[in-house]
Amino acid sequence: MNETTPIITKSFDVQAIRKDFPILDDLMPGGKRLTFLDTAASAQKPQVVIDAMSRVYGHEYANIHRGVYHLSQLATDHFEAARRKVQGFLGAKFDREIIFTRNATEAINLVATSWGHANLKAGDQIILSEMEHHANIVPWQLLRDQIGIELVVAPIDDDGVLILDAYQKCFTPKTKMVAMTHVSNALGTITPIADIIQTAHDHGALVLVDGSQAVPHMHVDVVALDADFYVFTGHKLYGPSGIGVLYGKEDLLNAMPPYQGGGEMIATVTFEKTTYADLPHKFEAGTPNIVGAIGLGAAIDYLDTIDRDAAHAHEMALLAYTVEQLTAMNDVRIYGTAPEKTGLVSFTIDAVHPHDVGTILDHDGIAVRAGHHCAQPVMDHFGVPATTRASFGLHSDFDDVDALVAGIKQVQEIFC
Amino acid sequence: MSDLRELYQEVILDHGKNPRNFGPLPEANRQAHGHNPLCGDKITLRLVVKDGVVEDLSFEGAGCAISVASTSLMTGALKGQTEADARALFEDFHGMLTSADPTPDQLEALDKLAVFSGVRDYPLRVKCATLGWHTLNAALDESDEMVVTE
Ligand SMILES: Cc1ncc(COP(=O)(O)O)c(C=O)c1O
Repeated sequence: MNETTPIITKSFDVQAIRKDFPILDDLMPGGKRLTFLDTAASAQKPQVVIDAMSRVYGHEYANIHRGVYHLSQLATDHFEAARRKVQGFLGAKFDREIIFTRNATEAINLVATSWGHANLKAGDQIILSEMEHHANIVPWQLLRDQIGIELVVAPIDDDGVLILDAYQKCFTPKTKMVAMTHVSNALGTITPIADIIQTAHDHGALVLVDGSQAVPHMHVDVVALDADFYVFTGHKLYGPSGIGVLYGKEDLLNAMPPYQGGGEMIATVTFEKTTYADLPHKFEAGTPNIVGAIGLGAAIDYLDTIDRDAAHAHEMALLAYTVEQLTAMNDVRIYGTAPEKTGLVSFTIDAVHPHDVGTILDHDGIAVRAGHHCAQPVMDHFGVPATTRASFGLHSDFDDVDALVAGIKQVQEIFC
Repeated sequence: MSDLRELYQEVILDHGKNPRNFGPLPEANRQAHGHNPLCGDKITLRLVVKDGVVEDLSFEGAGCAISVASTSLMTGALKGQTEADARALFEDFHGMLTSADPTPDQLEALDKLAVFSGVRDYPLRVKCATLGWHTLNAALDESDEMVVTE
């Protein structure tokens, strides 16, 4: 670490946090230390999450909501406790407003399909931002192609900030929904989501917030935000893959038809007529990812043990240090320079393709994402096919950044 | 670092930076597009094929050093070859990148293309090295569909 390194807050001991993540002790090929800078793609797992999941599989497992025996009751209790943890984590009023899905993608598809078909007709409009993940674009395009709605794109400026004037001008009497990211996965931009929601509500439109990249970095209160729908994915929040969350306001969810049919989501079934279960089960057809939900609950418990303000200060110090180091290098360009950002840096090195950057960094045990980040419109905005993205997790430290900077220097040595 | 140099040999870096046979080819009678959605690489390959012989060819597009260099060296190797020889060379090239151990004979047949043998150790990058070749196959097949590797 060189002299310009900012002072880190004392209350956040990143070296202690690193001990919570067993993978960080593993060596990469060639005996290299793992420099994991791809948390935005998927977070590594703390031991407590791994333990919680193996405890269920080892000793507390049965299908839920069905058996009359002890183990089934135990698993059901843990599963529903996980739902209440998510409720608390998001500040939702009721636990029945929390629907477990496979991931953020499925949560968005659920709303687009169920709410969309029930509430939209040809000519209605949905506003998206230019920096959405494909998961918050394609489900709405499918709906467009099925029923003839229109998608209106709110543009970003060259810092990667949503242009609020232009966003406001997107509204027409036909606007029914705004589907907007809380944090951009490609740029790290934090959108002014409270204002975005307020504006939409002033125009009588609902808002679905894609919080996949937000919840790992900041406190979210869906009631204070007045979000109508809020989705996130478990694996980016230090939980397992295969579990995601849809929060929806109770009255909205109640008015929506089921998304999938099957077991668990019914009250009574005859071949003539089926009545549906109450929330949340109406939207949880079939056996859910029981252990995934419990693992996600354990991840939320883990986050509760951390001083998140201090973690945030540490993350901002890392970000500032990284930006300073990369800005000082020749031929390195950073994409996404919003004043409000999470700990993520998207960059290119002149005349070197991100894939080559990724391979060379990998050689030093540095894991970064190279590609379009499932956000091709963002790449188009900046006129690049791809970028390299380094993103921080709770365990990221200044050594990680120093390794990245040394790796970039090596890339430049090889390529010039 | 040493085995990185094995991957990024001077020839590859040179062709990656200054690709040969790069640009339009107005008299082309075969053309195909290749796309690797994973990294965003996109190329267009154009050929002049007469009486079963690849008389001329060129490409345009953008990609990583491996894919640009591979396509560049491919165009050099194919000029004047018969269609059958071109397809056979693709088989040899693909074999070098994916089969257990290329024989010395195979490597010799590949001539300059043997500089890509280091790519074998980077399975994620094999698609990069073969994008141009898959596009070549499509052009020879006169297939209009975009070649997509992932
Ligand atoms: C902003 C954003 N939205 C949605 C997703 C989709 O997450 P998942 O693939 O887990 O559904 C991601 C992650 O890839 C993301 O970064």
